[in-house]
This record gives sequence, structure tokens and C-alpha cells, in this order.
Amino acid sequence: MNVIYVDNNATTMVAPEVLDAMLPYFSEYYGNPSSMHSFGGDVAAKIKDARENVARLIGASPDEIVFTSCGTESDSTAIRAAIESYPDKKHIVTSRVEHPAVKNLCETLSKKGYRASFVPVDSSGRLDLDYLYDSLSEDTAVVSLMWGNNETGVIFPVEEISREVKGRGILFHTDAVQVVGKIPINVAQTGVDMLSLSGHKFHSPKGIGALYIRKGTRFAPFMIGGHQEKGRRGGTENTAAIIGLGKAAQLASAHLKENGYDRISRLRDKLERTLLERVPNAIINGDQANRLPNTTSIAFEYIEGEAILLMMNEHGICASSGSACTSGSLEPSHVLRAMGVPFTAAHGSIRFSLSRYNTEDEIEVIMEKLPPIIERLRDLSPFWKKAMEG
Amino acid sequence: MWEYTDKVKEHFLNPRNVGVIEDADGVGEVGSIACGDALTFYFKLDENGRIKDATFQTFGCASAIASSSALTEMVKGMTLEEAEKITNEDIADYLGGLPKEKMHCSVMGRDALEKAITCYRGEPEKKVEGEIVCECFGVTDREIERVVRENQLTTIEDVTDYVKAGGGCGNCHDRIQEIIDAILGTERPVKKKIPALTNLQKIKLIEESIEREINPTLKKDAGKLELIDVDGNRVLVRLGGTCASCAKSPVTLKHYVESRLRELVSPEIVVEEVQ
Repeated sequence: MNVIYVDNNATTMVAPEVLDAMLPYFSEYYGNPSSMHSFGGDVAAKIKDARENVARLIGASPDEIVFTSCGTESDSTAIRAAIESYPDKKHIVTSRVEHPAVKNLCETLSKKGYRASFVPVDSSGRLDLDYLYDSLSEDTAVVSLMWGNNETGVIFPVEEISREVKGRGILFHTDAVQVVGKIPINVAQTGVDMLSLSGHKFHSPKGIGALYIRKGTRFAPFMIGGHQEKGRRGGTENTAAIIGLGKAAQLASAHLKENGYDRISRLRDKLERTLLERVPNAIINGDQANRLPNTTSIAFEYIEGEAILLMMNEHGICASSGSACTSGSLEPSHVLRAMGVPFTAAHGSIRFSLSRYNTEDEIEVIMEKLPPIIERLRDLSPFWKKAMEG
Repeated sequence: MWEYTDKVKEHFLNPRNVGVIEDADGVGEVGSIACGDALTFYFKLDENGRIKDATFQTFGCASAIASSSALTEMVKGMTLEEAEKITNEDIADYLGGLPKEKMHCSVMGRDALEKAITCYRGEPEKKVEGEIVCECFGVTDREIERVVRENQLTTIEDVTDYVKAGGGCGNCHDRIQEIIDAILGTERPVKKKIPALTNLQKIKLIEESIEREINPTLKKDAGKLELIDVDGNRVLVRLGGTCASCAKSPVTLKHYVESRLRELVSPEIVVEEVQ
């Protein structure tokens, strides 16, 4: 059975070009980039290239890029560096719809002497900007907000927020894990102080991420050790993965330049439109005007997401759900709950996230296979008929 | 991804006995859409009092659907006396086991069966017995006691897996632990919710709370609170900054300052303003 992979906000396929670029650095060129001999030094030169490619993708300068092990490490590093650099400030501002990497860290810090404000969103997942600006004070050490939401794809107005937050002399960090490589971004223009990205969301392998730190930003390392990354992150470089990330960044830049995401968003829109036509009581979660080009979250009312996923799995279709059952917790996604999506819809929400490797044929298979699955599960559901009878 | 047995998968993909029995002898409804799963179970008896037909409708995940399907197959041909002996463990066993986190699906099956039998016998529907322990999922102490006894559960996590209690906000964890301890007979020293404070400790805690919690918040509106004295549980304060001239300051005192101090220091605290 062919796999139809539309779960690219969870992780992506390693691009063949990326794998090719990496392989020699596992076997042939295994030198340590810190070594004095050219066997290691040649690897250091490759890492320099990778750093340039990552910097170019987000409009940074290479020395503003620090390689990390993943998006979570980048987020933790940024927020902890901010509070460590401003020891007198005891307040953090974030949102209610953040990835656990930020949300759980802020919750933990709020039990350790920090005050955390969680800015709410409206029913479309748009940030309450008045609440955000009202919560800022002289005590605020850092504002950390995601650029694009992993579940709904909703994009926050980061540029506007950055201007306002920085205008008050407060550090601004953004978790851009879901947007890097998907929309053109330019940190110089946006003015963010720190930005997290993760390689495996744009076709490099897992286990590699980066943190952008604007030149002149006060910083304290999270991983303390050797002089690697100019002392901003100790530990021998994950050379092959860094080289892979560099290649993936280069491919992503090229893809963005040729407006490759136009095709992806057309496929996404076609999938979305057709499913909404063919399936009654289906609702799109989140602001459609400001959304990642590859993501759609659709709520199918009166049925449960895990059951939908497992039936799609029978056809090789890989997606994900905001339902409780899939996560191992008992409550549906905190993102959908923060948006006030009713339980009738939250439990049956399915996220499709596309990549440049998806084809029109694949989308057609989903359009054909999914409606009967929904119908079948609704026949099983005690609520469906009742709801239809009013 | 859950590790479901082949039998769970098979019952999920090809559920048996789906639907409604219009002239059912017994109907049992459990769960709700908010909780994430719900089951309506129907049965019809033959002339000898044996279950001739059983059907279900389920909203829920794969294991909820499979457990419901299994239940309908298991009860067919049974008398009600036989059927009421079915435990949640039996349902799970029939399916070759369920992931631990999904055991609540089998409990839901048993509950629906019991309700349907009660309904047939014309007994008044049992009111929820006992006291609600878990507010998030509406689970009572009796339900928790039963599932702990029947399945030899030993941890809060177990209880959450079986009846969901404790899987939401987590406020009931202490109470669930007490129930488990009471049943296991290993009564632990009961945790005192509020430690008794000496006068000195209390004053210090009030001071700290005002400094760390209350003043930073008031400061956002350019307000300020000054601690003047502590007399037993009376906390005497003076409002400064914009609070001094603010018409809403009595509200702030009662709704914010007092309630925060009650949470942080002692529920008996009364805050009074000194002019």
C-alpha cells in the first residue's frame, strides 16, 4: 500500500539531496571541526557553509545562528537566556496556544518564582493584541510567541507585535518552527530578538535545530561546555545533521524563491473545499486569511479523531488529530480549547499538513476515501442522528 | 500510536451489532461528547429471558468502538443474571487486552450494560452514588473505590486510565490517593493542606506575598500596597499610587488582594484598609 503522507507539521521526509550531502560526514569525513588538522578543519568549512545557508533562509547574518539539537532546545535556550540576562525581571508573556516546548516551560517557571501571562486567542485563533500589550510591564523579561500554529496553521502578526514589544524595551522571542521554509521570513526586517527553528520540519533530519540570536542581544548559554558556537552552545557539533540542515535550508530558499508554495496551497485549498462540499457538518478551525499555506484543520462533528485516523490509516493516509485519544491525554487539544471550539467538534478535528512532495493524485485519494469514513463513523455515533433530528 | 491487538483492530474496523433496537427491553447510556466517548447499549430478550439481540452506538476512539462491539457479542445468549457478572476485565480479555491507558473503554462497556439491566428491571435509575471527586469528568468516590478494588489498582495514574478521574486539572489527585490508600490499608499520614503557621511565619509569608505577587500586579496600573500591621488574621494595609485615588480600590482589595492572600497564606485572612 502506498503511503500518503499529509502530516508534515509533525515531521517531514528527509530530502534525497539532504541525505546525499550528509552521508560522507558519517563515514569518510568524521573529523572534529574544532581540530587543528585539516581533516577536521575541512568539516568546519562545511559547517560555515551550512550556517550561511540557514542565515540566508531567514535573513540573518551567519554569526547570529546557533545550532541546537531541536526546536525545543532552541525555545528553552531563548527563554532561559532571557530571564537569566534580566535577573530582576520576573514576568514572562506567552500565549495559550503555544507548542508544549514553550507552554510547559512557562508553566514550570511560573511555579518557580516567575509570573507567566498566557495571552488568549479568539475563536479563529487570532491573538488578543490588547491583552498582550496590557500585560507588558517593566517586570517583563521576555515575550515568547509562536509565529505559526502547528495545529491550525494560524499565523500571528509577528512583525507588528515585535515592533510594539521592542518599543517597550522588552526582549521578543518567536517559535518559528512551523513557518521557516514555508513562508518567506526576514528577521532583520521583522526585528525579533530570537527565533527558533527546527530542521525536521523542512526536510532535514530530526535532531537538529537552530536559534537565531540578534547581534547585541543579551544572552546566556543553556548548554555550558566548550567553545563551540562561540560559547553559546557547548558540545561537539552534530556535523552531518548541521550539513543536512544547511542543504535543506538551501533547498527551502530556492523553493520559496520560485513560489513553490503556491502549488501546495492550491492543493490544500482543493482538499479543504472538496471535503467541505462532500461532508456535512465539517468546519475549518482557525483564521483562513492568515494561515500557513500547507495546513488545514477540519472538525468533523459528532465523531472522534482517533477513529478517523485509524480508518484513514487503513488506506495508507497519515494525518493527525486534535482529539484527546491520540495524545494519551484525556482532553482535546489545548489549542482548540483555547479557541473555544466546542467539544462536538474538537474531538473530531483532523489536521492535514502538506509538503512539496505531495501530489494532486494523493489529494484526490484523500478526497475520495475520507467522506465514506466520516459517514461510517457517524452511523456508529449515538449523537449524529440526534443532532440531525434537532 | 497505540498498540492494539488484532482483535481490537478487527472489531473496530468491522464492528458487530451496530444500531438501535426500537423495541428494546433495556437501554443503557453512558459517557458524553465532552468526555470524548459515549456509548448507548440496547438489548432484547427472548421468551426464556435470554439476551436474543444486543446492539450499540458509540462515539469514541477505536478501543471504545471495539469494546462496545465485544460487549454485544459477549452478552448474546446470556440471562441477565449471567450478563451482570461481566466485568470490565472480561471485556478487555475478550479483545486480547487493551492498552492500559484505554481501560476506561472497557469500564464504559460494563457501565452501559449495568444501566441497561437496571432499566429493564424498572429499578429507578441509580443516582450517581457518593460524592464527586473528579470535577472534570464527573467521577465519584464510589466509582473510584469500585474500580480500584475490582482491578487491584495502586496508583493515581491507574485510576485515570480506568475511569478518567484525575485526567483533567489534577486538583483531585490528593483525594484519589486517599481513596487508594484507604483500600490498600496503608493509610499514609494525611497531608495537611494548609500548614499551621507561627505568627512570625504568617507575617513573613504575608509580606512576601505582597511583595512578590500583589505589588507587581498592582504596579501595572501604577498602584501599590503597603503592609501596616497584622493582627491575628486581620491584615491592615494602606493603598498607594493610583490605588489611593481609585474608586474601584475596595473591589481590588476584596477580590484580588484578599482572595490572593487567602490562597497563599490562610483562608481566614481578612484585609482591611487603613486610611
